[in-house]
Amino acid sequence: MNKVVRNVDEAIRGIEPGMTVMFGGFGLCGIPENCIAALSKTEINDLICISNNAGVDDFGLGLLLKKKQIRKMISSYVGENKEFERQMLIGELEVELIPQGTLAERCRATGAGIPAFYTPAGFGTEVAEGKETREFNGKMYVMEQRFDVDFAVVKAWKGDTAGNLIYKATARNFNPLMAMAGKITIAEVEELVPAGELDPNEIHTPGIFVQRIFQGEKFEKRIEQRTVQQKSPA
Amino acid sequence: MALDKNGIAKRIAKELQNGYYVNLGIGIPTLVANYVPEGITVEFQSENGVLGMGPFPMEGEEDADLINAGKQTITTLPGASFFDSAMSFAMIRGQHVQLTVLGAMEVSENGDIANWKVPGKMVKGMGGAMDLVASAENIIVAMMHTSRDGESKLLPECTLPLTGIRCVKRIVTELGVLDIHPEGGFVLRELAPGVTIEELKSKTSGKLIIPDNVVQIE
Repeated sequence: MNKVVRNVDEAIRGIEPGMTVMFGGFGLCGIPENCIAALSKTEINDLICISNNAGVDDFGLGLLLKKKQIRKMISSYVGENKEFERQMLIGELEVELIPQGTLAERCRATGAGIPAFYTPAGFGTEVAEGKETREFNGKMYVMEQRFDVDFAVVKAWKGDTAGNLIYKATARNFNPLMAMAGKITIAEVEELVPAGELDPNEIHTPGIFVQRIFQGEKFEKRIEQRTVQQKSPA
Repeated sequence: MALDKNGIAKRIAKELQNGYYVNLGIGIPTLVANYVPEGITVEFQSENGVLGMGPFPMEGEEDADLINAGKQTITTLPGASFFDSAMSFAMIRGQHVQLTVLGAMEVSENGDIANWKVPGKMVKGMGGAMDLVASAENIIVAMMHTSRDGESKLLPECTLPLTGIRCVKRIVTELGVLDIHPEGGFVLRELAPGVTIEELKSKTSGKLIIPDNVVQIE
């Protein structure tokens, strides 16, 4: 079974207008930046995108927003993107905002064969409107359902030709959950090695969840909020 | 004199207890990490997937793969761990985190909180706030007592879309410390130095309960 694709264009083949696509990452941390940039060079539009955030104006999913390739965005926090806010407030872009933990669990449920679950998040708020609610042990919960996803696009630190993935630090975030959820999961990695080189004890995402893998050509890994301490004089 | 943002953070830091796992929201809550009392060890959780957050990195040592929920570059301390977002919220909803500190636009006298949306004007999203407030047993709100327009943020009922209901336990503002009474109302516990009860009263539009034993914030 050959999962390795030659390049990013081959990796995103089959993503079509109107499809639902998940993108890993938190802010700009751990986003599949090669696949997003490649998609922004295509005319594929009308996409429903599921991603915790929506990038910034000129990087990450912001690139797809700018070209109006996204019809609907499902996210938990979109505060860093002015173009997003503009499109949403004038009604050009459909938006579903959902609690971050609910988003994560819905991704997990999608890949884990669980159609729905109950969470306390959002009870009594507009997030719960139209949803089944139920009491367990005196506390109220909201029923949330899995997603229906065509492609999941994730980014990992290291991967092997069998599709196994290892993430680095907080670039893990939604990536392992979304990797489980795609009918087809595309993984872009910083370093691709032959099967057998990664220690099976260290694998975060087993290769069973990954259909296509490639080493990204270039990773800018932009930092959104660079915060540092000044070195105190010696 | 009323407290500044650091003063609010410093007061909240006194709520920390040895061994606590703590989640700090964006803004004033983040500053609480700078005032952990001596002799106390706590671990900070950030919902994007790290436990054991340390201070900001030294210049030149920033790592794009290591950030907090405010997207700021951070470091880790010995004993830190990384995990995915589902596990992170399992810690939160499963009540493994002992204290949550977050900001708010409005808090009502029965403990409702609104902090994610101003219809037609500002829609940033709730991020992890709804999961946090729906689950945490101990929720402290850190905020200014009034909005930029001078309107009270302590209200009989929230006017903005809610983040969670009946969840806030304590509020620390530049004017004082107030607890939510189980039957409704803001119970004044502590006043900031130089702030009078009259001033706090005039800036609180919800029901204010003033017990005899109000003390000054040290």
